[in-house]
Parts: sequence; C-alpha cells; structure tokens
Amino acid sequence: MSPEAYAQVSNLLIPTATVIYALAMVSHAMEWALGRAAVAKSAAVKEEVLVASDGAAVSGDPTDVPDVPAVDVPAVEEPASSERLDAASRIGLLLTWLAFVLHLGGVVTRGLAAGRVPWGNMYEFSITASLAVAIVYLIFVQRYKLQYLGLGVTFVVAAVLGLAALALYTPAGPLVPALHSYWLVIHVSAAAISGGAFTVGGLVSVLYLVKARAERRVLAGGTMAASLRRLPSAEAMDGTAYKVLAFAFPLWTFGVLVAGPIWAEHAWGRYWGWDPKEVWSLVTWVVYAAYLHARATAGWRGSGAAKIAIVGWFVFIFNFVGVNLLVSGLHSYAGV
Amino acid sequence: MTEIKDRIAAASGPEEPSGPPALGLVGWLRWTWRQLTSMKTALVLLFLLALGAVPGSLVPQTPIDPIKVSDFLAAHKTLGPLYDKLGLFDVYKSAWFSAIYLLLFISLIGCVVPRLSVYVKGLRARPPKPPRNLNRLPGYQRFELAEAGDVIEVATRELRKRRFRVQSYDGAVGAERGYLREAGNLLFHFSLILALVGVAWGSLFGYRGTVLVVVGNGFSNSVAQYDDFTPGRAFSGDDDLPPFSLTVKDFEAKFQEDGPQKGAAREFKAQLDYQQTPDAPEKSYLLEVNHPLKLDGSSVYLLGHGYAPRVTVKDGQGNVAFSGPAPFLPQDSNFSSFGVIKAPDARPETLGFEGFFLPTAYIGPNGPVSVFPDDLNPELVMTGYYGRPRPETGKPESVYQLDKSKLTQFQQNGDKWRLQLAPGQSAQLPDKAGSITFDGYSRWVKLQISHTPGTGLALAGISLAILGLMGSLFVHPRRTWVRVREEDGRTVVEVAGLDRGPERGLGDEIQAITTALKPASSSTQEQP
Ligand code: HEM
Repeated sequence: MSPEAYAQVSNLLIPTATVIYALAMVSHAMEWALGRAAVAKSAAVKEEVLVASDGAAVSGDPTDVPDVPAVDVPAVEEPASSERLDAASRIGLLLTWLAFVLHLGGVVTRGLAAGRVPWGNMYEFSITASLAVAIVYLIFVQRYKLQYLGLGVTFVVAAVLGLAALALYTPAGPLVPALHSYWLVIHVSAAAISGGAFTVGGLVSVLYLVKARAERRVLAGGTMAASLRRLPSAEAMDGTAYKVLAFAFPLWTFGVLVAGPIWAEHAWGRYWGWDPKEVWSLVTWVVYAAYLHARATAGWRGSGAAKIAIVGWFVFIFNFVGVNLLVSGLHSYAGV
Repeated sequence: MTEIKDRIAAASGPEEPSGPPALGLVGWLRWTWRQLTSMKTALVLLFLLALGAVPGSLVPQTPIDPIKVSDFLAAHKTLGPLYDKLGLFDVYKSAWFSAIYLLLFISLIGCVVPRLSVYVKGLRARPPKPPRNLNRLPGYQRFELAEAGDVIEVATRELRKRRFRVQSYDGAVGAERGYLREAGNLLFHFSLILALVGVAWGSLFGYRGTVLVVVGNGFSNSVAQYDDFTPGRAFSGDDDLPPFSLTVKDFEAKFQEDGPQKGAAREFKAQLDYQQTPDAPEKSYLLEVNHPLKLDGSSVYLLGHGYAPRVTVKDGQGNVAFSGPAPFLPQDSNFSSFGVIKAPDARPETLGFEGFFLPTAYIGPNGPVSVFPDDLNPELVMTGYYGRPRPETGKPESVYQLDKSKLTQFQQNGDKWRLQLAPGQSAQLPDKAGSITFDGYSRWVKLQISHTPGTGLALAGISLAILGLMGSLFVHPRRTWVRVREEDGRTVVEVAGLDRGPERGLGDEIQAITTALKPASSSTQEQP
C-alpha cells in the first residue's frame, strides 16, 4: 500500500474508533444507571447489615475479612435488572475492545503512512497516548477487576481522540531532523504507557475518594448512594491505584530520567537543560515520589495519598497539553 | 490489625518525631535532626522541590535565553527587579532552590544511613516468634489432629518451598520472605545520591560553548574562538580544553518541497575535516543532528544553520572596504535572514548596510520575504548608511547589529535608498559613495562543543535507582506462622500470616499452606 492509502485508512479508523468508544461509554453509563436502580431496591436490607457489622465490612481489607456481609445479603433485587446490568458492563467492555483494535490499527497505519513512529506531533501523540490509556486499562481490567472504571476510561479516550481528530489533525509527514532517533521511540513509548497508567491510577483515585467519603458517612450512621455500593471497598481501590502507579513510576523514571536525557544528549548536546518539558516531567516524577512516600506516612495514607495521585495526573496532563501550547521550548512539536 | 501493621512499619521505617525537644543544646539538636530526617519532612521537601521547579518553566531563564530575560526586564519595570531579587531568572542555581534540594538530600542521607544498619542487622535476624493470638491475624486457619506427628517438619519444608526463610520455635515455626524489598528501597535512595553527585560533577567541571562557522572556514578549540562560552564553576581555562581543530567543508540541508508541511526541515548534514591534536592526521566526519562528533570527551553538535551572503564593498575612492561572507541570522522558518555589513575602513566616509538575505525571495504586499527555506531564488535586500570615520575604540561590537546613532541613511529621489540584488549583481551607492556587489552566498553552521564529566555516574546512579525501585515496589514481604498446641486434650494446628507490603492474596497462600499440612498427618476432620 502507498503512504497515501495508509493515511486514508488511518483517517478512517481513528474517527470510527472514537464513535465506538463513545458507544462503549453509553453502555457503561447505562450500567451505572441500572446499578442505581438495582441496588436502590435492596438498600434497606443492606443498610442494616452494614451498620450491624460494626463497620468491618466497609473499612476492612477484603483479605482480612473474607466474608463481606454485604455480599451475603439475600438478593432482593430483581434478577432481571442485575442481568441487564452485567450485560451492559460486558457490552461496554466488548465495545472497548473493538474500538481498541480499530484505534490500534489507526495508530499503526498512521505510522506506516509517515514511515516512522506515530508520535512526531501533537495529533499523533494524542492518538498514541489515548491508545496507551486503553492498553493499560485492558491489561489490568481482569486482573484488578477494573470494570467499574469503564465509564471513566472510555470517556477520557473518546474525548482525547475526538479532540485530536477535530482540532489537532495534521497530515502525515516525515520528522524534523531533531526527532530522528531510536531513543525517541523508547522515550516516548515509556512516557505514553506510564501516562496511560497515571490516567488509570488517577481515575481509580478519584473513585476512591468518592467511595471513602461514602464509607465514612455510613460509619457515621448515614447511607451510601446506591450506585456507589457496586464499587469495590475503598481500601481495595487504594490498593489498585497503588499497583497501577507502582507499575507506572519506574517506567516514568526510565522514560524521563534515562531515555529522555540520553536522547537530549544526542540531539542538543546536553542531557538536562531545564527546558519547560523537562521541568514538568521532573515535577511529575517528584509528585509521584511524594505519593509513594505519603502511603508510608502516618496521616497521609488513604485520602492524602489519593489526592497526591490526582495532582500527579493533572501535572502530567499539563505537561502534555499546557506546556506544548503555552510555553515555548525545544520540545515544541512540528505542526501543533 | 492496623495496629500491628503500624508497629511493624515503625520498627522498619524511621520513627515519626514526637514530643517537644528535650532540654539542652544536644537534645535540641537531636530533635532538629530527627525532624529533618522524618518521613513527613521528606514529604514536605519533595513538595517544595516540585513547587520550586515550576517558576523556572514560566519565567524566562538567563542560562537558557538571556535575550528574553532582558526583554522581560524592559517590559516589567516593577516586577522585573523583584523577580531578579528572588532569583527567578535563574531558578535552578538560586540559593533557595539549592537549599531545598540540599536539605532533601541531607534528610535522605540521615534517613537511609540508619535504615541501612537496621537492615543489615535484620538480615541476620531470624523470622520472629508467632504472636500470642494468631487468630487476630489475616487469613487465619486452624484444624485439629489426633496427634502432632511431623506437622512442624512438613510446614518447614512447605514454607521453604515457598521461598520463606524459616525458624523453628518450640511447637511453632516463624517464616519470612521478601527481604529484598527493603534492600531495593535502600539501593534506590542511595543511587539517587550517586546520580546527584554525577550531575554536580558535570556542572562543576564541564563546559559548553557555541560557535558559528561559515562553510569553508575552520575552528580551533580555545575559549577566545567561541561566540559564547559557559564554563562550569571549577573549569580552569584553555588548559582544560582538548586541542582539536576542525574545518567545515560542506553543508547540506533538505526540506519538504510540497504538501502541507512544505518547508519543514528534513535533513541537515555538515561535512567536517578535523584534527584531534595539532600534529594528528586529518580525518573527516559527517556531522548530523543526533550524531555528534566525540573528541577526547568533548562532543561537537550541529545545532543550526543559516546563510552568509558574500559581498564586496568599494568605497568612494574605489578601494575595497569590505569583502567576504557575513553571517545573517534566520528570522523565520523560511530563513528570511537579517544581517549587517560594516565597512568602517571606507573613505571618505564609512559605510554600513542592513537588511535581509532571502533564500527564496518573493515580493509581496508587505515587502520582500522568503517563502521557502532552501535557496531557490536568492536575493539580497538592504539599505545603506554613511558616516564620519571614527577612531577605533577597541570595544567589542556585535557583528549582527549596526550602531546607527552616528550614521545617516542614504537617500535617493527623496526616498530611502534600497538595493535588491541577485547573486553576481552590483549596485552603485548614491552620491558616488561607492558600490556594493553581491558575489554569492555561503552557508554557515552553528556548532556546540561541550564536555560534561560525571554523565556515566549520573546514568549509573539513575539506572541502579530503577533497579532498586523494582525491588522496592514489586517484592512483597510476608510473614507466616504455623503453630501446634494442645487445647482441651486435642492437637490444634494454626496457620496465619501478615503482609508488610500492599500485596493481596495472603488468604490464598495461607489456605494453600494449610492444605499442604493436612493430608500428611490429618486423621481427624478439620474444624474451621
Ligand atoms: C530525593 C528525594 C526522595 C525521593 C525521590 C524518594 C523517592 C521514594 C520512592 C519512589 C519511594 C517508593 C519506593 C518504596 O515504596 O519502597 C520511596 C520510599 C521511601 N522513602 Fe523516599 N525518596 C526521597 C527521599 C526520602 C527521604 C529524605 C526519606 C527519609 C525521611 C525517605 C524515606 C523513604 C522511606 C522510609 C520509604 C519506604 C516507604 C515504604 O515502606 O513504602 N525518602 N522514596
């Protein structure tokens, strides 16, 4: 196939993937809506159990307390609605897989069209970075039971892809000479994958804060919003966020503190020059180091750490979007 | 449960500072030191470091772009001097930024050195005795046996198989694994220090300079030859520079010729001849972006390029007052290049010219511009000035700027005189003041030459740090106990464990161990 043909295929696949991600998002939104309805019916019964169990069910580690009473509650909800709920969840995941395959195809054909790695400008970095979010989510979705993240992930990916296709599109072309290096390949793929994990970890941390607040309210004798009951316990989500971010941190360290400097040394003759992009990468790194410390510091565990993880995510996004658009530096991409 | 976790964390991690300082200087010092090396302080310092790094990305920085800094100072009469006082134009060398990271690293050393000795002691320590109430631990399992038999031996074997270190106690075994977590953590923190030392080394003893060389000309490595030179604080001068020299033989640039990215740079190549030392044989090298030439630890990089029109200026008396290439500086992506030509030796009046070299000239509604970076239609468009000869002051003057304060612009027919020349063409100056010939043009390259010692150390440090990090984040320490005791005439076997990291799946492992213990000696049924 000719580069033009590849480019056409890519330009077809990316919008299609966007639409299917959006459909997956609708399906997950229905899942949340159904969850609300389904749990509301059994709310009264569960509330009793939660309060009676002295909070252990909601604050304990699931491995500490293997039999979470809330699970043993006889199902008062109609089986039909639970089935529909599961179906919505499964359809959402299935659509996400389908969109992901098309998305992957779109990124690969884009690379083939340009004759190089597909992250030479902001359009390409957007489609690749959102692909990384989808990859990290799909890798971890079974292992860490991340189904509850479907809505957030499909929203983020569909939004980034849509924005890229509408506002950032740049036709495929070769690279400016400074970007010719295999260290660029390593540097950017490490940054993109860890960025995907920061995003997933950030989304989990947001839901953690919501759930933890709801649990505190239950302990204080209040009730929990119906849709939140289907989320894992706050402690389990805290553990999930940690694992995803613990996966991201060494990769980010390698990407921005090893591969990046090596490439900068080749391209600009200095491995570190306090370029705005470098500064914000370091700030991101330091914030996540603070996150890992916070988890080991009394008074900062839990909510404090989760907030730092969210700050880290915003810093990462600012580095990618804000620094490119607002601050000029050596890292400005061709054709932003 | 949380209580136990905390106790263990307190035993292995640094203690949180508590209470007011004890009386006396020593007590007070100790208290300060404990504060400084506490986990909370580390957290605060990390935040300060992140926060402190930010202004340097938003305010122009002297070492990166001094011109932007002076523009900023000119534009902000009150804010500018304030920023200057706060060191905001050179954040990363400012006293307060240095203070943050030095405190952080002192805290780091104070934190990890004691932990190292605790760890070394802990390496020899045996896995601890089971706590009295195993049933308060997670994943607790118990079953009954007719008689104890060899449960302890089976448990020891099973736990060893699961890579636990095992210690037998009276009627019980304690087991522990995951010692590498703390080792990884210590390696990580120590390696950060190593990396910082490497970085500091480079900034003290290194140097960096740039020089613009017109194709055909040469450069030899001495401080005086640089256009711009930044030595490290401990750099001593020419003796520290390797004595190489080079000549730029040729330069080639390729640009995208069509499509939406028309004009974007595609390829730069400079052909160099170089000598490592004055008497070494001459070698050649093809210098490209991303492919520096390495000489004696110094590296030569291709940073940029541009055009240098070759011009001959004759004065009013018919003598050649200037001849040669004059580098012009590109102003936009199509290389509309601005420059000046000075002929201070011209008589009876000195001459000066200012204007543009346009590689692909196009006369648009707003005047002449270049519309493509390559030399498809080169033209020189300039205006001229004349003035009284002035005595040499010896003050260095920028070769890219014309001091017009004592010069008068040439006029013709009541308008400013302007020349527009293609290569090979000449123009007469008004009032028989002389002539100017556009002989042709050369390309120039901007080279950066730098030496950064300690890079290997910094790289080794950060690589070891990542290795340590993997150990620290992915190794999960776990303790497990098996105890056999008599209870109301029956033999009871208890199994329980404790995670010291965020690992899950403890319950599964305890379950598996319990299952392994049962068949070998089980004769009675289990009682959960
Ligand atoms: C340059 C500054 C520092 C950076 C970038 C940094 C980074 C990190 C990172 C990424 C971790 C996570 C690895 C793990 O969980 O084992 C960690 C853990 C740790 N750090 Fe630091 N650190 C710094 C300074 C310090 C200082 C000053 C202290 C002492 C107060 C300290 C004490 C600890 C401790 C005790 C842990 C283990 C926490 C745990 O058990 O999970 N660190 N550090």
